[in-house]
Amino acid sequence: MITVEKLTKTFDTDSGPVHALNAVDLTVPAGQVCAVIGQSGAGKSTLARCIALLERPTSGAITVDGLNLTGLRGANLRAARRQIGVVPQGDSLLRQRTAAANVELPLEAAGQSKLERRQRAADLLDLVGLADKQRAYPDQLSGGQRQRVAIARALAAQPSVLLADEPTSALDPETTNSVLHLLDQVSSDLGVTVLIVTHDMEVVRKACDSVAVLENGYVVEHGDVLDLVAQPNSRIGAALLPTGESALGRADRLGSAPIAHDRVADLVVVGFHAVGTLLGEASSRHDARIDLLGGGLARISGTPVARFRIGVQAARPDAVLDWLADNGATVCPTSSEVAA
Amino acid sequence: MSYDWDTLIGELQTTTGETLYMVLASTVVAVLLGTPLGILLHVTAPNGLNPRPVTHQVVGAVVDVVRSLPFVVLLIALTEVTHAIVGTSIGSTASIVPLAIGAVPFFGRLVQNVLREVNASVVEAAITTGATRAKIVRSVLLRESAPGLVAAVGVTAVALLGYSAVAGLLGGGGLGDLAIRKGYQGYDNTALYMSVAVLGVIALILQFVFDFAARAIDKRRSAAI
Ligand SMILES: Nc1ncnc2c1ncn2[C@@H]1O[C@H](COP(=O)(O)OP(=O)(O)OP(=O)(O)O)[C@@H](O)[C@H]1O
Ligand SMILES: [Mg+2]
Repeated sequence: MITVEKLTKTFDTDSGPVHALNAVDLTVPAGQVCAVIGQSGAGKSTLARCIALLERPTSGAITVDGLNLTGLRGANLRAARRQIGVVPQGDSLLRQRTAAANVELPLEAAGQSKLERRQRAADLLDLVGLADKQRAYPDQLSGGQRQRVAIARALAAQPSVLLADEPTSALDPETTNSVLHLLDQVSSDLGVTVLIVTHDMEVVRKACDSVAVLENGYVVEHGDVLDLVAQPNSRIGAALLPTGESALGRADRLGSAPIAHDRVADLVVVGFHAVGTLLGEASSRHDARIDLLGGGLARISGTPVARFRIGVQAARPDAVLDWLADNGATVCPTSSEVAA
Repeated sequence: MSYDWDTLIGELQTTTGETLYMVLASTVVAVLLGTPLGILLHVTAPNGLNPRPVTHQVVGAVVDVVRSLPFVVLLIALTEVTHAIVGTSIGSTASIVPLAIGAVPFFGRLVQNVLREVNASVVEAAITTGATRAKIVRSVLLRESAPGLVAAVGVTAVALLGYSAVAGLLGGGGLGDLAIRKGYQGYDNTALYMSVAVLGVIALILQFVFDFAARAIDKRRSAAI
């Protein structure tokens, strides 16, 4: 579990102070994957570096599994660092060491014997799917393989928290998927709390339970991905969902015989059951005709999520929308479309 | 009247031995003292592992002052010191003292530059493992820059070869001594050119050996290009 409270970081530069983080609050429950997303310069890396104990906060508190990280020094600082696995932004492998020797570095720092280290490094490279690359040097590996070695190294000393700064930014979509899958596995199988810094919405969709949006050093949104998706006014939720509009819907409305819907609404539904059966049940219960005007289905952190634009024809159209809302759908009437 | 080659070859052999002895011994001292000096300069720098602005400035200034002195000046200025250390100020062994003292700051700056080449995120990755500073210096900074350090030893050895010839000016022995005494002052062009040629060959061999070693231990792909 990571807790960040009122975290502020100001850099003093020649051209005046730079407020990289402003009273940032963030909580990542144990075993979950959280994304920190935002534009370049928003403060994402600074936040990750503060938690990684590479940067001293100007003020505020950071707690990892109950341990207060602020103000640590010497041996206590080094011990705390061992609790936190870090995959830094960019290439961070030792280029004169083999993959296995890179993974061993944290174990050397922890004072383990050569035998233990070798065994653990072999196990970890196996975990990240690089059992056959133990003796390869970083320059003999692909970008995705290097990133996997970096993740294996970050996990070597069995940290309870893993921080990854832009772990997929230099990778193609397929390699990105495999790295995300690995991070997902790390949190679900090993119970590690994972914080991923990214500017890629796809990373949030595929691998994250929660997300925090940074803008100019402020957290402007923070919450569970599936909660945010269901909130009509969440910008990140909207960005994660398929759009309500679709070519199909427009063509339908421009057709020769437009159907006079009593109501048109945008609907967000979350979960297997809801996506599969909700609309059918609504239509049979209320003897209503429900047309799909647009939208689509997405899978967000493993859960099917849909945004549909629907047109309703019924004796009591509002009752249909109310019933949908009562049964877990988020309903936004699109007033301009009423009786198109 | 034919030239006395036998005598010259004998002298070349002796003085080559003296030169190699001076270069080798002073390089060893330069590496032993210059490495910690270079590490100190790097680690105390503003973005180093242990920033110490005052130490950094003071040590850097001393290093640069010694480095800016012409070697001849150092040679003369250190006569007393040399005498105190080795009991004489004449001969190959005596030359080692000024050679080493001149080379320590030279090698120290080279070490600092080589260490600076190590990628900052590599060092940060090591910091996040909870490694001590000493461990990071040993296992990351020195290990990652090993090829550059070996090349720097080569550069230092070749520079010392040149300075060892200068030491010959003041009776320091070696090939420089032979070139000046027998060649220049004795009007023996054969001796002059032969000793210069041997110096050149030694320089080439030193450069080749250290460059080869540096490349041989480098695991980076770009090293092959
Ligand atoms: N060491 C530093 N000294 C001065 N300013 C800094 C320092 N590190 C970061 N900053 C400033 O803090 C702000 C946030 O930087 P940060 O690296 O956290 O951004 P980021 O969100 O990670 O961006 P990117 O997506 O490009 O990596 C920027 O304005 C940056 O210039
Ligand atoms: Mg960044």
